[in-house]
Amino acid sequence: MTKSSFSNIQSEYLAVIDHNKCVRCKRCIQNCGWGTYSFGGDKIIADHSKCVACGRCYTYCPEGAISIIKNPTVIRENANWQEPLVKNIWRQSETGGIVISGMGTTFKYKKYFDHILLDACQVTNPSIDPLREPMELRTFLGKKPSKLDFDFDERGEPVLKTKMPPQIELQTPFVFGAMSYGSISLNAQKAMALAARALGIVMNTGEGGLHDDLVPFGKNIIVQVASGRFGVHRDYLNSGVAVEIKIGQGAKPGIGGHLPGEKIGIDISRTRMIPVGTDAISPAPHHDIYSIEDLRQLIYAIKEATDYEKPVSVKVAAVHNIAAIVSGIVRAGADIVYIDGYSGGTGAAPIVIRDHVGIPIELALAQVDERLREEGIRNEASIIAAGSIRSSADAIKAIALGADAVAIGTAALIVMGCHVCGKCNTGNCSWGITTQRPELVRRLDPEVYGERLYNLISAWSHEIQEVLGAMGVNSIESLRGSRERLRGIELTDAELKALGIKHAGL
Amino acid sequence: MMTIDAAGMHYKELNGIIREGILNGVKKFFIENVNGQYYIGDGIKGDDVVIEINGTPGNDLGAFMDGPTLIVNNNAQDNVGNTMNAGKIIINGDAGDVIGYGMRGGRIYIRGNAGYRVGIHMKGYNEQLPVIIIGGKVGSFFAEYMAGGVIVLLGLEDDDSDELDIDYFASGMHGGTIFIRKKIDFSKFSNEAEVYEIDDKDAKFLKEYLTDFSNSFNISLEEIYKKPFYKIVPSSARPYAHLYTSA
Repeated sequence: MTKSSFSNIQSEYLAVIDHNKCVRCKRCIQNCGWGTYSFGGDKIIADHSKCVACGRCYTYCPEGAISIIKNPTVIRENANWQEPLVKNIWRQSETGGIVISGMGTTFKYKKYFDHILLDACQVTNPSIDPLREPMELRTFLGKKPSKLDFDFDERGEPVLKTKMPPQIELQTPFVFGAMSYGSISLNAQKAMALAARALGIVMNTGEGGLHDDLVPFGKNIIVQVASGRFGVHRDYLNSGVAVEIKIGQGAKPGIGGHLPGEKIGIDISRTRMIPVGTDAISPAPHHDIYSIEDLRQLIYAIKEATDYEKPVSVKVAAVHNIAAIVSGIVRAGADIVYIDGYSGGTGAAPIVIRDHVGIPIELALAQVDERLREEGIRNEASIIAAGSIRSSADAIKAIALGADAVAIGTAALIVMGCHVCGKCNTGNCSWGITTQRPELVRRLDPEVYGERLYNLISAWSHEIQEVLGAMGVNSIESLRGSRERLRGIELTDAELKALGIKHAGL
Repeated sequence: MMTIDAAGMHYKELNGIIREGILNGVKKFFIENVNGQYYIGDGIKGDDVVIEINGTPGNDLGAFMDGPTLIVNNNAQDNVGNTMNAGKIIINGDAGDVIGYGMRGGRIYIRGNAGYRVGIHMKGYNEQLPVIIIGGKVGSFFAEYMAGGVIVLLGLEDDDSDELDIDYFASGMHGGTIFIRKKIDFSKFSNEAEVYEIDDKDAKFLKEYLTDFSNSFNISLEEIYKKPFYKIVPSSARPYAHLYTSA
């Protein structure tokens, strides 16, 4: 086939410079990770084809001289042949490649959180003022005993006899979702580590190993074991508060990962314990796990290696038979199950998978909680819900649907400046988040964004307290799985049944 | 030296005794009547610790192990040396599937045959060079996703045949080196690997490891060197670089 460099794909955005305002300080040239701007002798020139609307240039332009606008040159509108579909056909016909993208799905599937309403107290069962009365958000993740045995001391006081399985103590029911060093920068991980320590919550290494700089944050870290086993060794398993086996991810259920060789520099090579420049391939399955029994085998291999002192979490994507799958995972001995809904984020995923595989977290959560209760094993494991938790309201609804805690990933990156441009896979992130280019990583100050992450989670925690107060409960535990406090709006009978909630008004 | 009778013992108890023994300074363990107990040597440390096993240990023998030596006087089962970091595992019989998964260092010597997916995603890192030597035959998906280290396949069983019969050999290989003591039908090769004759450096490397292997099992070096060795390396460290396009 003859190769042609001509492309049908036109620029998606235009970087428009107001040359009357521009003082030619060239800050935009320096800030753009995509190479959109250059200096043309007397003025800034923009190569629109490179702009991804990441927002870095206009945020840092001291004169407000830059506008990023959607390219007004339209692809003829058609409800069936929508622009992204047409563009992907061109893209794939020009390259022969699988289309990959960063971040969660951009599809407009129904967001169930937006169709669930919360209850509040009126007259009876009085509401509580959370600012002046105790309001407990502390959450323990891990296996809870099905019964407690007590001894009595010489004064007749009860003493707990049951040995509690290991727990992770969270001061508020949030964790940072797994994002590996490699998919994001070390500074982005450090910002989360600082925030997690200040908040009394945990972050998650993802599958890229643990960088030396994060070792001191062990009490606020969950270490992950994925199919590639990057950086996994005995000391690594023992360096955090828990170990997570990653089976699947909401953005790409059933497929592996692939950090391209050009991103494996010296530091990432050291952390992942692989040579510089080779592809870091995570196989689609763990090849020692082909069944629930095999999963049990790895869970206990890890428990043996950590002397039964760390809870073991298993992370799965929400897929069609998720309730049965999670029941199996709990029976396999997992202390925590992390369920990632189909709209969860990613550093890179084929869009055919990201946009078409999996189910929403709300439905998965309701079904899993119901199933585990029916089987009498809900106490055997805690549930972390993930898959684009966008606000404290989403978190509250997730907990009322049955989660013990929620994980936030994309929201944490948005704190660091992410504008959800979805180009994480390219490694050019102008905000220094999903890049390893030193000049870009350097601009992400872990102290500054650690504080902003702290602020966000604190604010969301206060909002949860406000809502709990309005509901007349003084502890997050009282809301967990309490679906009677939820009502659906604009939902079908089938949807209400799957969510296990009544329609508003009933 | 600590002798443990593992008859009827649950793995948790057995491994607890080993861990405590190591903590108390025991360097040599002899475990008798092992009958399928999982995780022997899981996550233990200590370069001078030696554990000899009579009987058949269960899955995940030496998983996450970091230094010790395990000697199995019989067969072993699946997942030997899973994600192992350092140490040595010597198996005086056959081993099961998925041997040395994600192994980053240390050595595994198997006298007999091994199952499917031997050396899957094995990786080397800096001076850590994991080495697996198999005396007999192996199943399909040998060295799948291999990313580093060395695997030597001798095929001493059925030694009349001069050719290996393995499907999906080195599929997805993107690092490391495989030495085989027989030819292989190239049409069954993955596109990701290439075969070469061995050079002097390879011969020197092989001599060192094969001497150690032959001493471990009382197999004569002469027998091993009856047939020529070939070397298989990946054609690229980036086999899938052109598979994707960015949205």
